[in-house]
Amino acid sequence: MSEVQGPVHVAAEVVATKRIGGYRHLTLTAPGVPERFRAGNFVAVTVDGHVARRALWVHRVRASSAFGPTLDVVVEVRGTGTAWLAAQPVGARIALTGPLGRAFALPKEAVSCLLVGEGYAAAPLFPLAERLRERGCAVSMVVSAPDEARLLSALEARRSARSVTVLTADGSVGQRGTPADHLDDLVRRSEADVVYAAGPPSVLRAAAGAAERAGAWSQVAVEVPTPCGTGLCHGCPLSVVGEDGVDRVVRACAEGPVVRGDRVRWDAL
Amino acid sequence: MVAAGCGGTGRELAAYSGPDGLDGLDFVTRSITLDARMGGPGPRVEEVPGGLVNAVGLPNPGLEHFLATELPWLVRAGVRVVVSIAGSTMGEYADLARRLSRAPGVAGLEVNVGAPDEVGVGLFEVREPYHSASVIAAVRREFPADRPVLAKLRPDVSRIVEGARSCHEAGATAVVIGNAVPAAFPDGRSGGLSGPAIAPVALRCVAEAHRALPDLPLIGCGGVHDLRSANAYLDAGATSVQVGTALLHDPTTVARLRADLSRSHQEM
Repeated sequence: MSEVQGPVHVAAEVVATKRIGGYRHLTLTAPGVPERFRAGNFVAVTVDGHVARRALWVHRVRASSAFGPTLDVVVEVRGTGTAWLAAQPVGARIALTGPLGRAFALPKEAVSCLLVGEGYAAAPLFPLAERLRERGCAVSMVVSAPDEARLLSALEARRSARSVTVLTADGSVGQRGTPADHLDDLVRRSEADVVYAAGPPSVLRAAAGAAERAGAWSQVAVEVPTPCGTGLCHGCPLSVVGEDGVDRVVRACAEGPVVRGDRVRWDAL
Repeated sequence: MVAAGCGGTGRELAAYSGPDGLDGLDFVTRSITLDARMGGPGPRVEEVPGGLVNAVGLPNPGLEHFLATELPWLVRAGVRVVVSIAGSTMGEYADLARRLSRAPGVAGLEVNVGAPDEVGVGLFEVREPYHSASVIAAVRREFPADRPVLAKLRPDVSRIVEGARSCHEAGATAVVIGNAVPAAFPDGRSGGLSGPAIAPVALRCVAEAHRALPDLPLIGCGGVHDLRSANAYLDAGATSVQVGTALLHDPTTVARLRADLSRSHQEM
């Protein structure tokens, strides 16, 4: 049972790359990973010459393609490691571990869902939207970014969501503003029963708060730097409040990255 | 052997351990304290050239919870469990040793007397060899003589012989060299450096300790990631090695190394 669901450590191969806005998208074959993937999982990759690993969100999984099952990851260049990754050409092989972490929990019934994402970290919402749509859920999406270059896949969002709201902080495309400015209104209009969020802490916190005020559930994909990604190093602390009301520090990579929004101690993040 | 603090709770390694699973694996747990510890604030780990600086703060669920949940799982999986212990007083070390001596499935203890950040986390001060020796003696008194008590020292070249000798005289079965090297994060916070960067330092410590104390079993730890780096320690006089940071880089390292080492032993 756990053997089938657990992560694998494999040599992934880059089969396609493209630059979209400010991000690099890599399409990878990674035997066993797409098959095990659930929306919200992430993968950890080895970067040449670096000890710590880089955690990447999975943006899309294809069950079959000319290369067999593949997965797409989104890379935002932030330092030498991510720059190396973004420069990998087709044919490059990268050690990859995944899928890792807890995935988004899916509702058992066909309920209304609002998906809120900002920047490249919005990636896991796209496979999530497809799963939810398959289950008959009414999916509304909010894709936001500081500017147009960092807006992830607003067009793709329109394919899987009933309604899509685009927000940019500088107003370069869509409505001007941040999720925090619009979320109460959006949660109400979408009549969401569940709010899913992925992005920086400010967006997650706004989503969790808006959900709570509207009496909806929320699940957030938290991004904490994960040195190993596999739960081994205890290097990615996430402060939460347990079911029993007691504060705990859990590993964002192993007990997260997806947690209930009302369980996160946002002030500690 | 999996080094303390680099194997999660042990379960996480199961997915990367090949067909034999964790059966027969020598596993040192992260340091267990009497009471639960949340660990330090983030960022706990930062990458530097050739290694990681860390100040994780020994997060662990406390002895009670460890005995109730984690230990039985590891024992059932066939893991040879060496429990790393850390205490804030001598009495705590003795207490931990006594209670772990009664827990079924504990193959041995590793006494963490070399943590680089012990001042910050309120552990018993063991920087002086005299102090570490008294901790080892207290643990040895409480733990059955037929099971090993390892002393894990920091790889401090100027003190290693003295430290290893006093731990040995106090009853340590073997000495693990070494722990993370005291270091600082780029922002100035105290931490410990681990990974390939410290291998030459730990190797020197192993060589010196072996020269001075040829009868004392030594376990090399620091930057071991493949057969070559493991053999460097064995050639310097270590009887075995621990794998730590390399697991964070590639979780299959231990499974690979176990296979490689047993193959090279068969060839010898």
